[in-house]
Amino acid sequence: MGRLFAVEIVYRGIFQKTLAKNISRAIVLAAHEEGKPGISFGRYGDSPERNGIPAKSFAIVATDDQTLEEGMAKYEPKEVDITIVVDDTLFKGVESWAWYGLQPINRLLKPGGTLIVTSREEPETLIGMSHRKEVPYQLAIVKAIPSFSGLWVYKDDHTDVRILGAIPKVLPELFSLESVQKVILADTKNSLKATSAARSHERTTTVTVRPGQGNPEEPFRFEFPKWHEMREGITIPSIPAGHAMRDPQNQQSGGYQPARNPTFKKYTTRTMRPVVNFDTCIKCTLCWLQCPDSCFDVTPEGLYDANMEACCGCGVCEAVCPVKDCVTMVNEVAFQDNASQWEMWRKDKAVYQGWLKGKIESRPERSHGFRYRGQYQEQVAEMAELGVEGSSKKAKEEPARVTRGA
Amino acid sequence: MAVTTVPTVESSKGTEKTALITGSEAIAVACKLADVDVITAYPIRPYDTVMQYVAKLVADGEMDCEYIVAEGEHSQFEIVKHASAVGARVFCGSSGVGWMYAMEALTVTPALRIPMVAMVGNRALDDPGAFGVEHNDALAVRDLGWQLVWVDNAQEALDTALIAYRVAEDRRIFLPCAISCDGAFLTHSQALVKIPSQENVNAFLPRYDRGDLLLHPDNPISVAPQANEDWVMEIRRQNYAAMERSAGVIREAYADFERIFDRSYGNPFFEEYQTEDADVVLLGMGTVSIPIKVAIRQMRKEGKKVGLIRMRWFRPFAAEELTKSLSRFAAVGVIDRDYSFGSPYMSGVLATEVRSALYASPGKKPPVLDFIAGLGGREVRVPDVQKMTEAVYQAAEGKPQPLTQWIGLRE
Ligand code: SF4
Ligand code: SF4
Repeated sequence: MGRLFAVEIVYRGIFQKTLAKNISRAIVLAAHEEGKPGISFGRYGDSPERNGIPAKSFAIVATDDQTLEEGMAKYEPKEVDITIVVDDTLFKGVESWAWYGLQPINRLLKPGGTLIVTSREEPETLIGMSHRKEVPYQLAIVKAIPSFSGLWVYKDDHTDVRILGAIPKVLPELFSLESVQKVILADTKNSLKATSAARSHERTTTVTVRPGQGNPEEPFRFEFPKWHEMREGITIPSIPAGHAMRDPQNQQSGGYQPARNPTFKKYTTRTMRPVVNFDTCIKCTLCWLQCPDSCFDVTPEGLYDANMEACCGCGVCEAVCPVKDCVTMVNEVAFQDNASQWEMWRKDKAVYQGWLKGKIESRPERSHGFRYRGQYQEQVAEMAELGVEGSSKKAKEEPARVTRGA
Repeated sequence: MAVTTVPTVESSKGTEKTALITGSEAIAVACKLADVDVITAYPIRPYDTVMQYVAKLVADGEMDCEYIVAEGEHSQFEIVKHASAVGARVFCGSSGVGWMYAMEALTVTPALRIPMVAMVGNRALDDPGAFGVEHNDALAVRDLGWQLVWVDNAQEALDTALIAYRVAEDRRIFLPCAISCDGAFLTHSQALVKIPSQENVNAFLPRYDRGDLLLHPDNPISVAPQANEDWVMEIRRQNYAAMERSAGVIREAYADFERIFDRSYGNPFFEEYQTEDADVVLLGMGTVSIPIKVAIRQMRKEGKKVGLIRMRWFRPFAAEELTKSLSRFAAVGVIDRDYSFGSPYMSGVLATEVRSALYASPGKKPPVLDFIAGLGGREVRVPDVQKMTEAVYQAAEGKPQPLTQWIGLRE
């Protein structure tokens, strides 16, 4: 048997569907330049067409056809040489329609394999976000704003070619820089993109992530019931009724916390989370009413605490809140856990206000699409400059701000 | 015509009345006796006769149910599906392309374990637009978890409808059941039918209890969520298990039926007619049994020992019992009032199933000829049956015969 290569691209549904497909296709075509057969496919399911849901594309390449078939005989590879992550918030783990439980971002990586991520964060931050792995692996960071676009549009900002340029640096046996440049040129007729790939190749360095490093939490998972243990008629018990909340400070009980699905938490869909200023909240109920996922817990004093085990980060609460700066969406990278903001506020309001200010002021730029007309064009130019020149004027003026939580 | 207005005669059973009614009306009477809660209707011939009879029973105050006229068959079947999920006993029905128009609803009904009872007034599928009987409409759901039964007279239609509720609503089953009635021959001809007493029906048919699957605020459940490939095989396996149990529950129901109503159908799955000493048998479903029986009596006068097996239950298919019976004969002639273009040997659905059952059976495997006959309601005449029997005898003697033959065709 020859050698089999597997690469997975972990991305966010809709926002990065085309980006992931472009990368996956180019990997197979570049390997094909060197006579290796391969296939490119997306993990089948709803996730690619759902806003922000973690999803996967795969490129499987082999040194010969029979070996390739060995790879194709498995629906999804059980281990990969490279995991490409095109949004750093995915480092907290992924949960999707296609599988159950929380999957650590590095789960499929072979010992010594490489995680390539687009991020403006430093390695320590990213390693801290991802789950621990029993074997060492490599981490390579392609400095970039997470490239998000829509279902019908593609933000052509060089993210794809920069990742493609990094691949031969970490796994030269898969394909060479020349081969992938050929594919890029044939595909885009844009020599700047081939240059971006080469620059990225030059700049790519890796750090080793050792077994003890990372988030020590056990990712949540559950056992599948056997066919005769399942309720018949495609029927599942509803989420039971909720219960009152308890104030940790004065033990007062009241309000309402809805019960939630213990087997599908969906918070890994989140790239931003709301932070709430409980001191300016006027208890108008709008956030609670409009949240599509019933995320708000009603506290005994009638405040609304966005529950981070349930929030998918859609931003609706920020949009509907009538009080200026009462609800603010902040880059998910800035947070280490899903703890209750209200409990922190109840404990010490001054400390909470300091925390809140820090989160809001130092938030790295983040959005689902564009925040104002023309922002796409600006970001595309900035990223292309970063790709080709190695730095951008904007990036120099505004260096990436890393927030490391409270 | 309401049941009570037709001349009745006292039967030997005392409380039992006899009425002159059609097969469709017999089903409507069964709905009344079963105290069905929700009925949906949308007209298409020949099924529409049932909805007309039920409407009259309701209008005359003889029957108390929600009677909903939908805007098409898809909604018709969806409405009763939902009503059944909240605990109502339901009845529905259609014919031909009306049944096919409901196909999406028909597929989800067994998947959700809805014990709907439906009547299919068998009708040729369009095109051409034709009213007469073919069995392809009901057979279209044969793989989906519907229990399918064919009847050949109005009495059997009434009795089988009661049995269908008993079987479908049994907690071990919870699968829908469709009763096939040949258009015109059964739906539109009146015969004398014994109407069982309400007390006996009540003794035979317990109330529908949906138990833990009941969609109700006191039992908060979610029905039919989206699932990925981690769940689908287990869900299908549950329906496989339910259908596997169906034959046993059908047997129990017929035994109870006989005990309570003092009317016996013998083997529930198929009727055997003059088979004890038969050399060869014909095998069919529905009202084609009548010309076959007449032909058999004539042929027996000429010394030809011919028998008939009339299939009642097509799903579940009683493969073991049927093949055991068939192993006694030198050859079998299946009469298919349906077609399955491109199937093995270009045979109809029934013949293909019979051959498949025989192939894996332990006993003797007689040759099986198939006759496509009576399509679109064309009459199957006594001479046609004699012609088919000739071919079956030839096959029995080892003379090569075409495996599929069209009978009654202008050629
Ligand atoms: S961002 Fe706000 S509205 Fe959206 S899911 Fe989270 S809490 Fe609910
Ligand atoms: S929308 Fe804003 S002001 Fe209204 S309850 Fe929610 S947080 Fe408070």
